[in-house]
Amino acid sequence: MEEILLQKPGKKNILLGNEAIVRGALESGVQFVSTYPGTPASEIGNTFFKLSQAGKYKGYFEFSTNEKVALEAGIGASFSCLKTLVAMKNFGLNVCSDSLLPFLYTGAKGPTVIIAADDPSCHSSAQSEENSRAFAFLAHIPILEPSDPQECKDFTELAFKISEKFKIPVMVRTTTRVAHQRAPIKFKKITRPGCVIGKFIKEPRRFVTMPPRVLEMKKELLEKIEKIKQFSEKSKLNASLSVSDTDRQKIGIITSGVSYLYVREALKELSLNLPVLKLGFFYPLPEKKIQNFIKKFKKVLIVEELEPYLEKEIERLAKDVNPKLEIIGKKILSEVGELKPEQVILALSKLMGRKKHKFQIPDSKFQVPKRSPQLCPGCPYWLVFGAVKKAVDPKKVIFGGDIGCYMLAGFPPHNIQDYLSCMGSSIGIAHGIKKALQHGSEQVTGQKLITFIGDSTFFHSGIPALINTVFNKSNPLIIVMENQTTAMTGHQPHPGAPLVPNGIKIEKIVRACGVKNLKIIDPINQQEFINAVKEFLDKSEVSVIIATHPCIFVAQKNA
Amino acid sequence: MPKNLEKFNIVIVGTGGQGLITLLQIIAEAALFEGYEVRTSELHGLSQRGGSVEVHIRFGKEVFSPLVSQGEADLILGLEMQEALRAYPFANSGTAFLLNKKIISIPLVKNLTETEILKCLKKISKNIILVPAEEICQEKLGAKVVAGIYLISLASFKNLIPLKPNSISRAIKKIIPEKYLELNLKTFKLAKAY
Repeated sequence: MEEILLQKPGKKNILLGNEAIVRGALESGVQFVSTYPGTPASEIGNTFFKLSQAGKYKGYFEFSTNEKVALEAGIGASFSCLKTLVAMKNFGLNVCSDSLLPFLYTGAKGPTVIIAADDPSCHSSAQSEENSRAFAFLAHIPILEPSDPQECKDFTELAFKISEKFKIPVMVRTTTRVAHQRAPIKFKKITRPGCVIGKFIKEPRRFVTMPPRVLEMKKELLEKIEKIKQFSEKSKLNASLSVSDTDRQKIGIITSGVSYLYVREALKELSLNLPVLKLGFFYPLPEKKIQNFIKKFKKVLIVEELEPYLEKEIERLAKDVNPKLEIIGKKILSEVGELKPEQVILALSKLMGRKKHKFQIPDSKFQVPKRSPQLCPGCPYWLVFGAVKKAVDPKKVIFGGDIGCYMLAGFPPHNIQDYLSCMGSSIGIAHGIKKALQHGSEQVTGQKLITFIGDSTFFHSGIPALINTVFNKSNPLIIVMENQTTAMTGHQPHPGAPLVPNGIKIEKIVRACGVKNLKIIDPINQQEFINAVKEFLDKSEVSVIIATHPCIFVAQKNA
Repeated sequence: MPKNLEKFNIVIVGTGGQGLITLLQIIAEAALFEGYEVRTSELHGLSQRGGSVEVHIRFGKEVFSPLVSQGEADLILGLEMQEALRAYPFANSGTAFLLNKKIISIPLVKNLTETEILKCLKKISKNIILVPAEEICQEKLGAKVVAGIYLISLASFKNLIPLKPNSISRAIKKIIPEKYLELNLKTFKLAKAY
């Protein structure tokens, strides 16, 4: 952590991509930071949290309850003239998108940067392989894509500058291999945040998105984007690699993000000297620069991960300047899973008509049994899953899963997870299933349903679903796994965690939602837990068991 | 002061909780001390909870990709032997395998034995070094947790990593918290005696 605060401009220090984003924000003089933890973005919040706790970051920091309120807090800070950073993983953007779109219409008063971390290959993402670049088209939000820690820092700084200049929130989009990449980077000086007390000046014309004004706002937004496009055309972030006799080259490469590093690696490996256009801006694209780059080529290779957004844009741009250009991207590079350097080497060697590039991959094939992640020894979830399996016949009960360590319910030896979607959804889907099974009847049907949801996830987005379940009357058994921390992402505090001043009790929320069948049980009391599960499954109204037992890491901390 | 070493590729494998990221940080710092370019890649989150973990470190005169390509590892450091075999696609006939003599059982399936693993690895590379690191650290220091530090120190003493032992010990001092530093420096010295 100390590394991040070093004040020796010019000297190289090794930082993780996420730490470099923090450094970039500190160098920019960030005054307000909000986040909800999510891999691969978690270390941004963790680092600000530690700096705040140690009194080394003087601005405001909060772990928000979910990404929507994190962004809304950021919008409020921006409206109050503060320099603001909001960080989240890709799915967080979905959660906050309702607030994101109007924020582009109002614009940012205090410069605002949103960090969104995608996870190609879903290393730490259960629900989908989201490509958050699509938000550029939906929200008209400028997006920058760094490829390494140095760029994480530099692009964050530049994002603040663009935001300040054009009064618009700017997104920096990373991926796992950028956010969790370490490399030596050069620092500039940290800017002290100065006065961190904001000032809200009434400007309803600017901050109220009501018709008919809202359509004027959209027009203003599109005008801003047009101006930023001019900026993007001139920006060094979109740069072609200088190559000798470019004019004689027939093939070029366009790439962005971590794919750029694989392209450089591949060119070196194959001793090729092809022109490369690296795009630091995903939106708005420097269209003229791209057209200028592609106009003389016969072929262009687009190296990008996931959906072919760049490829589609380049197809469109080529029509005007080089209609015969052969554009090659997803034809040879997969749309599923992250890219690997060897895939780019193979693609490039194929494109150049070379004999198949020889990797010295061993001929032999060996099978090693899969080692799935597991609940930690001593994790209280062992007790919960154990009790549930003793209380019911797992074959006859439907089990709902949610986002957290308890997703491991789906793996052996537990095998009790019949559906899993996004944060908080276990309860909403449980209600739908129960309604589907018992529509038109108040009778308790044969098929029972138990859902698991963690405490942080319950706060994040479980509460409205619980209210819906009570209000619209269905009868799942909801087990809230109260382990007193946000365990999976690295033990961040949440509103109900102990040690949090004025902590909010889940028990009180559940009661206030109108749930009558409620028990709070430490799962260490196995028989009591088993009895409660059996009893509640026969109820015709929704039931909740709060399985309260701290995560072993919380227990260690408190010991 | 960049040196002539073109590039050096390391893949460290083990299971969640074995401290692979700390080892990665130490090697990266040591490489930076020696004036190399460095890039690393790691993973965080649930998949690391007791599951297979694999981190990559690349250094040299000029490195771009943070990931090691298949068949391109110069050193595979295995803190667990089944995980070392799992990493075989990164190996070529010249790859050194430095292995902790340790098998962490995968529940509910038939695990591979040490003999089976070594038999497979020998088909790939002649350069397999099996070290009872955890046993040594437990016996001499009463702490098997430092087995990884022992192995990277050993790698520098035995020239399995082209970094000076002195750079590794400097990096240990930089990365390891004060509280555990003495134990880790003792581990470093112990590796010299192997």
